[in-house]
Amino acid sequence: MILMKDIYKTYANGVTALNGVNVDIKQGEFVYIIGPSGAGKSTFIKLMYREVKPTKGKILIGDMDLSEIKERKVPYLRRNIGVVFQDFKLLPKLSVYENIAFALEVIEESPKNIRKQVMDVLEMVGLKNKARFLPNELSGGEQQRVSIARAIVNHPKIVIADEPTGNLDPETSWEIMKTFEEINAKGTTIIMATHSKEIVNTIKKRVIAIEDGVIFRDEHRGDYGYEI
Amino acid sequence: MKFRTFSRHLREGSKNIVRNGWMTIASVGAVTTTLILVAVFLALVLNLNEMAKNIENDVQINTMIDITATEDEIIDLGNEIEQIDGVESVAFSSNDDELQKLIESMGEEGESWKLFEQDNPLNHVYIVRAAVPEDTERIASEVAALNSVESVVFGQDVVEQLFEFNTYARTIGLGLIIALVFTAIFLISNTIKITIMARSTEIGIQKLVGATNGFIRWPFFIEGLLLGVLGSIIPISVILGGYYYLDTNFSETISFSFVELLPFNPFAWQLSLMVLATGAIIGVWGSVMSVRKFLKV
Repeated sequence: MILMKDIYKTYANGVTALNGVNVDIKQGEFVYIIGPSGAGKSTFIKLMYREVKPTKGKILIGDMDLSEIKERKVPYLRRNIGVVFQDFKLLPKLSVYENIAFALEVIEESPKNIRKQVMDVLEMVGLKNKARFLPNELSGGEQQRVSIARAIVNHPKIVIADEPTGNLDPETSWEIMKTFEEINAKGTTIIMATHSKEIVNTIKKRVIAIEDGVIFRDEHRGDYGYEI
Repeated sequence: MKFRTFSRHLREGSKNIVRNGWMTIASVGAVTTTLILVAVFLALVLNLNEMAKNIENDVQINTMIDITATEDEIIDLGNEIEQIDGVESVAFSSNDDELQKLIESMGEEGESWKLFEQDNPLNHVYIVRAAVPEDTERIASEVAALNSVESVVFGQDVVEQLFEFNTYARTIGLGLIIALVFTAIFLISNTIKITIMARSTEIGIQKLVGATNGFIRWPFFIEGLLLGVLGSIIPISVILGGYYYLDTNFSETISFSFVELLPFNPFAWQLSLMVLATGAIIGVWGSVMSVRKFLKV
């Protein structure tokens, strides 16, 4: 599903973020990406939705070769990938419903399908009764669920989450993790960068630890391993 | 593109026009000023051009025939002139005809010239016309070289002066307009840049969920177009009103001999269309400039 071969990434300012990374992630896997700040986690994640391009190496997502993909095809790649951020990235002036519908309008879905898909996904994240609320009328956990709903409304095969619980209190974090597990149970591949030792050690999944730009550890049902 | 999507772009684009308030007014004002000047300048130059063309077409070479020439020599001369390359027509006009024309053209004062009817001091004349106005000068010099020709007279000077004036007017006007067009484009692209910055989060999310660059660009494109078109409303009213006023009130007064305004219909409409197109181009150019930088396409 996701295959990285000998990935190197050096930024224009001379900083080397990745230094020869090889990864193979299968469809339906749940993978934690861990490692200290500045180790290359964010670069690793951004490579997958083509926010950054590798300096060297080959990336395959499904049947798309990201090293050969044309610039104007990138939007179509992203329609297969949902992305969730630490800071939610919701539009403050749009309601919950509109925020999610926005993702479908952009890809020119029909109004009928939009209505159905948005209501379905709101049901799944448990926010059906808050569809008309504005983001700032919701708690942090609810806002993150809206952003997850936006990421999955299009039924992508892969969901990438960059520290999705980073801004949330522990209790809320568990709720969010439950949502991710449900999504994963339906066959969606989930790749999640995180700093949370509790989460990694409690909900056991594959762990990829990145340090100094290389994969330092890759274990199924792994531990967080760092003492912080 | 689906109609639904297009109407969305239209809605988004117009929303920004309202949202940007004073910047919108500044850009529309710049476009308006530019277009009014473009219109005045175009009306002037196009009229001058037409005028020059009319006069040029009227240029004829008056060939004064030597007074001592015999009737045979005059006929020979006529044939020789006809042989010259580029001559369209040769017409003979006797000295009596010439005097008559002179008397008529002088009006009241012409009466006194009637005294000369008994002893006509004028030459017989061949009136020569060139098929192409540009050949006039060459033909005139060839005619002058022939036997039995006393002198040739033609109105090239007037035409040349008019063309020269025309060139100056065009150069200065063009320089002015290019400067103004760039100012207007700059203002529009700045206005749109403000819109883009205000919407950068939104655009970021759009890109993330797989919006194509075209999809993101459309509302800005429409915003630019609207700014340009809004800016052309006042100039077009000025053209239509002003030119109608000129045409109805002054075309009589200023139409002495050769000066004639292009008729209101269709000229004022064509001019309006040109102004509208210029406005649209300025607007679209301004928007495309600022969006391209932002999208890094």
